[in-house]
Amino acid sequence: MNERVAKLRKQSVETKPYISTERAELLTEFYKSDIPQRESVPVCRALLLKYVMENKTICINEGELIVGERGPAPKATPTYPELCCHTMEDLHILNSRERTPFVVTEEVRKIYSERIIPFWTGKTMREKLFGAMDPKWHQAFNAGVFTEFMEQRAPGHAILDDKIYHKGMLDFKRDIAEHQKKLDYFNDRLAYEKNQEYRAMSICADAVIIFAQRYADKAKELAQEESDAVRRSELERIAEVCLYVPANAPRNFWEALQSYWFVHLSVITELNTWDSFNPGRLDQHLLPFYEKGLEEETLTPEQAKELLQCFWIKFNNQPAPPKVGVTEEQSGTYVDFALINTGGLKPADGSNAVNEISYMILDVVEEMRLPQPSSCVQISKKNPYRFLKRACEVVRTGFGQPSVFNTDVIIKEMLQDGKNMIDARTGGPSGCVTISSFGKESCTLTGYINWPKIFELACNNGVDPNSSEQVGPQSGEARKFDSYQQLMDAYKEQLRYFIDLKIRANNIIERLYANYMPAPFMSILMDDCIARGLDYHNGGPRYNPTYIQGVGIGTTTDALTAVKYNVFEQQNITMDELLTAMQANFEGYERLQQRLLYRTPKYGNDDDYADSIAEELFNAYYDFLNGRPNTKGGKYRVNLLPTTVHIYFGSVVGALPNGRKAGEPVSEGISPTQGSDTKGPTAVFKSTARIDHARTGGTLLNMKFNPDVLAGDGLDKLAHLIRSYFKLDGHHVQFNVIGAETLRKAQQNPERYRDLIVRVAGFSDYFVDVGRDLQNEIIARTEQQSL
Amino acid sequence: MEACTTGAREIIGHQMTVSEVMVEVEQDIIFYDQSGGGVTFSGGEPLMQPEFLLAVLNQCQAQQIHTALDTSCYAEPKILETVSERTDLFLCDLKHMDNEIHERFTGVGNNLILDNIRRLSEAGKEIVIRMPVIPGFNDEKANIEATGKFTASLQGVSRIDILPFNRGGKEKSARLTAESKPMQIETPGEEEMNSIAMELSKYGFEVKIGG
Repeated sequence: MNERVAKLRKQSVETKPYISTERAELLTEFYKSDIPQRESVPVCRALLLKYVMENKTICINEGELIVGERGPAPKATPTYPELCCHTMEDLHILNSRERTPFVVTEEVRKIYSERIIPFWTGKTMREKLFGAMDPKWHQAFNAGVFTEFMEQRAPGHAILDDKIYHKGMLDFKRDIAEHQKKLDYFNDRLAYEKNQEYRAMSICADAVIIFAQRYADKAKELAQEESDAVRRSELERIAEVCLYVPANAPRNFWEALQSYWFVHLSVITELNTWDSFNPGRLDQHLLPFYEKGLEEETLTPEQAKELLQCFWIKFNNQPAPPKVGVTEEQSGTYVDFALINTGGLKPADGSNAVNEISYMILDVVEEMRLPQPSSCVQISKKNPYRFLKRACEVVRTGFGQPSVFNTDVIIKEMLQDGKNMIDARTGGPSGCVTISSFGKESCTLTGYINWPKIFELACNNGVDPNSSEQVGPQSGEARKFDSYQQLMDAYKEQLRYFIDLKIRANNIIERLYANYMPAPFMSILMDDCIARGLDYHNGGPRYNPTYIQGVGIGTTTDALTAVKYNVFEQQNITMDELLTAMQANFEGYERLQQRLLYRTPKYGNDDDYADSIAEELFNAYYDFLNGRPNTKGGKYRVNLLPTTVHIYFGSVVGALPNGRKAGEPVSEGISPTQGSDTKGPTAVFKSTARIDHARTGGTLLNMKFNPDVLAGDGLDKLAHLIRSYFKLDGHHVQFNVIGAETLRKAQQNPERYRDLIVRVAGFSDYFVDVGRDLQNEIIARTEQQSL
Repeated sequence: MEACTTGAREIIGHQMTVSEVMVEVEQDIIFYDQSGGGVTFSGGEPLMQPEFLLAVLNQCQAQQIHTALDTSCYAEPKILETVSERTDLFLCDLKHMDNEIHERFTGVGNNLILDNIRRLSEAGKEIVIRMPVIPGFNDEKANIEATGKFTASLQGVSRIDILPFNRGGKEKSARLTAESKPMQIETPGEEEMNSIAMELSKYGFEVKIGG
């Protein structure tokens, strides 16, 4: 990378994230005005965005080409007290905690205690949400049976397609006005609401144009003061670009990136969306601008790469806003899950979509080595081997990127969800692994569900051993079960109960967001919100699935397998003895624990004994959940991914029949239980492929390789392994290429391993920033010794 | 291993029937199909158990699974001939070209070995020559030259693998017997391996370090 990029990268990496109250203050001032009394909710939200965009600090960093920050400066992190408001204790912990801290100055504290907290207490979405839940929901939530994303952030998980490269905000405004004119007040009972939504969208388009205009003004101002002629002309160019986009459709490579970036900042300023927005198939979007630039000799490959690198840094400058209700031990992450896609197929004709930009992006990913944005390659059987191999080469550099997705199965997943073929090919994964049709879908992830906890409740007749409360239904005294099937049935009864509890709650939460917290700017970007006159949170998008993420298939399978094998087949222990040993956390039962750990079949070893149980668990989850209606005209779907929740979920689950002790992490994604897969990667692939990935909306598989394993022709072996997994319809796989020894050293001397990036779960992060438990867990994931 | 409660001790290897082996082999067919890989029979010396080997090879052949035999080639020519009809690729050890030195260090001469490799070559089999590089034993120029010349006289050799001597045997020997003999041999350096590779590649083969 050149000097400019190196400098900007250094600034981005070395600046400590800190809390900025700018947005919270503007928001509070705005809500103290009489506008919220005068205007409808969507218009009010739009006017808020306009107010923020008109008044927030404009920041152009030295040397940068792509401009715009969410906060007043790089790593300045705004808060969203209308969603959830940090307490003084939260701010204290964020400032002092060892991992993923945010600097909170005395001034920030003062503003929070005097103005923000007093105003927002009792008014946040979090409080509305908790207030709307019934006691049984709270009981299950507190027991750790499931989590709820929307208590912290707004529904998001939307990815952009190519529309902003063909249309500017002024074009969208024209579209909005045309639909507004067609409103039928005689026959459409929602005509008034739709008109309010249209007004709101139009105001948002203006807000974003104003924001860009302010950048143009600032660049002009800086240009006048600039003594260096080269930089002066760059600043003049920045002014020209910001004046033109995103008001108009971009004309060149530079404008395309800058236009996207303004749109990105506006989406994440409007609301704190869960799983940050991203440009989707960036190689597809940029190719026409790249080719045109080369042809007209206005762009060189080097310039294109430099602009991409500058663009990369902008993502890394925006840490994910921290949660509320944090604890000292909790780690959190700075990563906001923007996942840039390359490769795959062309939407229109299904041909190979890999192009020059796809390779250029891989070069940028390799060279920039930043945790944000995250990147993935989509691999179809039609994509060239060279592309996969180049991706493997970047994987080998050992920072967990890119993750690898199976386009051919993703398309099957989309078709299974009822999408047309073009929309199916337009999409891909976002966030961690969940698929959506880019630019057309709101796929809301609502929270994780703790399968091992549900199993534990099935072992205890629905009573949570931690609290002695009756959290689940009375599914029978497990001590008296005389068949394995009785235990499986009890598990299914518990599972069905908690799925019902969560769906009922989510259907309420969806209405809370539709009514109180619309996203009119996001609605401009997602088809068919404009055509329907409906908000992104209210069924405006063409597709509206809701997901509940299943966690712990490995642990739950192993637990059930251990009971089936030892209690009912080998009969080397009774149900009563096993439950007693679990209660004692295997203390005094070490011999038994060893048998359960080492001499009992385990998921992940291509052993039908355990894998058939994994299949049954998946099918039960799918049958209870898939296809049930949400409130937005969409349906519930299943996906299996953990982010980092498998640590928390493990902490609330006692000892289990697979020999796992109380509090240890549960398995993550669809990966086998940590350390239980001993037959190598081919066996892991075969086992995990027992799950019918094509019926899901995404599954997550982690593998860790020692760097030596991938030296020389190890790269080809890795590529063949991936292709084989994809032939088995595997959805996704990602790799940590780091020796356990290195990780242990990093744990002991974190200061010497600041730059060590590992794949956590669906994203990469600095190893030293993740919590100690999660560090231990990453070390424990089976290190694949050979291919 | 019920006796060891901690799982710290493990059993290395266990007895399996032909059909048990085939179950494991067939589990990975999708990976062989993708990579062009298959089953490699290694050892010890697989030719020491010819009946078992033949039984598994027959089954692999029926399933069209690629087979490779990693062998010292020290075997009855008849046995080798029968096995070779069912084997796609031979990985033949070539430790030293001098019969006497070979006998002194391995306990047997190399005449049978060289003859067997020639027979495989004449039968049109695909062969990879594998030469462990052991400093002070077989890394002198004359032996490298002789190895190159011998290999050049054969048909069907696709590659020579030169394998740097490693000390992995030390732990194994310590596990087997309480008294471990001191080993004075060092692992050959990268430079030495490169120069041997260069020398051998003059005979027109692909040479791979490691393998």
